[in-house]
Amino acid sequence: MDEQKIREMGILAHKIRVETLRAMGKLGFGHIGGSMSIAEVLAVLYGGVMKIDPRNPGWDGRDWLVVSKGHAGPSVYAALALAGYFPTEELLTLNQPGTNLPSHCDRLKTPGIDMTTGSLGQGISTAIGVALGHRLNKKDNYVYLILGDGECNEGQIWEGVQFAAHWQVDKLIAFVDANKKQLDGYTQDINDLTGLAGKFACFGWHSQEVDGHDAGQIVAAVEKAKQAEGRPSVIVLDTVKGKGCCFAEPVFLNHHMNISPDMAAEAIAELEKDLARCGCKS
Amino acid sequence: MNIVLDNNHSKEQVAMRDAYCQTLIELARWNEDIVAVDADVMNSMGTVPFQKAFPDRTFNCGIQEANMIGVAAGLSATGKIPFAHTFGIFATRRVCDQVFISCSYARLNVKIIGGDPGITAAFNGGTHMPFEDMGIMRTIPEMTIIEPTDATMMRDITRQVAARYGVFYIRSARKNVVKVYGEGSTFEIGKAAPLRDGKDVTIIAAGILVDEALQAADILAGQGISARVLNMFTIKPIDKDAIIQAAQETGALVTAENHSIIGGLGSAVAEVVAENCLVPLERIGARDIFGEVGPEDYLKVRFQMTASDIAAMAQKAVARKGKSLA
Repeated sequence: MDEQKIREMGILAHKIRVETLRAMGKLGFGHIGGSMSIAEVLAVLYGGVMKIDPRNPGWDGRDWLVVSKGHAGPSVYAALALAGYFPTEELLTLNQPGTNLPSHCDRLKTPGIDMTTGSLGQGISTAIGVALGHRLNKKDNYVYLILGDGECNEGQIWEGVQFAAHWQVDKLIAFVDANKKQLDGYTQDINDLTGLAGKFACFGWHSQEVDGHDAGQIVAAVEKAKQAEGRPSVIVLDTVKGKGCCFAEPVFLNHHMNISPDMAAEAIAELEKDLARCGCKS
Repeated sequence: MNIVLDNNHSKEQVAMRDAYCQTLIELARWNEDIVAVDADVMNSMGTVPFQKAFPDRTFNCGIQEANMIGVAAGLSATGKIPFAHTFGIFATRRVCDQVFISCSYARLNVKIIGGDPGITAAFNGGTHMPFEDMGIMRTIPEMTIIEPTDATMMRDITRQVAARYGVFYIRSARKNVVKVYGEGSTFEIGKAAPLRDGKDVTIIAAGILVDEALQAADILAGQGISARVLNMFTIKPIDKDAIIQAAQETGALVTAENHSIIGGLGSAVAEVVAENCLVPLERIGARDIFGEVGPEDYLKVRFQMTASDIAAMAQKAVARKGKSLA
């Protein structure tokens, strides 16, 4: 992928943050930390890596994305809107009565959401099932999966890790958003998950670790992952919880925060300054 | 519905799991979307022949019930029709949230088969004896719950379930049960199957207690009480009309289930009765008590699920007729 494309993905990540903040700012609260930390991986996936057709979300030739850390829904919705699945104005309906954009991802409500998630640990199994279904249907679509690092406390994750390796589910590429924090604090202090990349490797996965805020590194890792025949792949993303959001990034407990219109406006203004430096507008 | 009764009260020649698996294999021959997911109890659940016939369409997850249910949900999202098999305790208690979110809330098409309901868990004992599985599954919206009575019904229900979209829970004994229906009988999901008419009381039964209920009706006939018997093999959605009609025409009801009286058939019938047609209702089933180990005939006595227990409960219901229900 050329440098210009990678640069555009970096810009898209900023735009995802801006749109997410607009929606959460209007709502007054949200899962800000984990929504901000996955902006780059979403930008990479929707900015060129995934085979998709936003005008036909159910296209059977598409690649799938299962966002197992379903509470990051708002930034996924921002990515979907910016990719053209629905108008960005609809993002402001987040969590409003009758909305198509609930806190947690729902395959039946939001165009482009491939799997319902929200109870942590379950997305890995459904993603594997989708990949096996594609195999039976003789399709070569990729299934991408985004896990949280805290989510890897869940036993079901490791059930899936064993099973995907045993069945050689090589069309599955998982990301772990390793932002080092879960709801109650640092993962290291709560139930230490250190060495995630090595843990996946021990289970037989092709395993890589990259800077999760560097679109170029993520793209390169996905290309490598696709070469890992006969093995599922994981890319552990070294990320910062709340990344790029001035009121959230420095805060210790930033899993879910109350967000005033002023806070949102300030964070958006900072991101827009960055975008302006790149010659872009949000 | 086209029902022929077999009145010999003798054991089936074929085990429930074999009738099930043979039917699934027949269906899978012409429907390539049918797949099996298992969790290391294929030999117990009788699904090994399916694996032999369709090795590429069988996914044994090992001892991973939660993952198995999620994998089934994912498979169904690509158009497959997964049948997931394990013991009833694991198929419900252990994976309640996976069934709820990954399958039901996501409106996917997953069929869950739970073996060894209630006392049929016998020598696996209290840890393995689901008296609560229907209670767990009944609170999940849009769930269909079926307890087939014998091999004939199992075959017919399996065919129907494969052809219908949605999440189904089928609880069934694995081994040979008493034959109730003649070959070729067909059933309608959600409609009680009438077994015997009567005017004094209605026994509403399911599963292995259907045969006990028929024997109870014989005992009651000897005492001058005419008992109607309904087979409520669909526990959800419950056949409200049949319950109301039975209440109006016979004036007293008894439920008989191989399950806790909390959450299952007895509860479902009580809900209909309380809202529509107050008549005396008595319930046969485990009375808020854990299971225990032992042979099935011992457990049937231990948990008061015999024909004579049902007959005694029917007499009690009849005796309450005309008395205040307050």
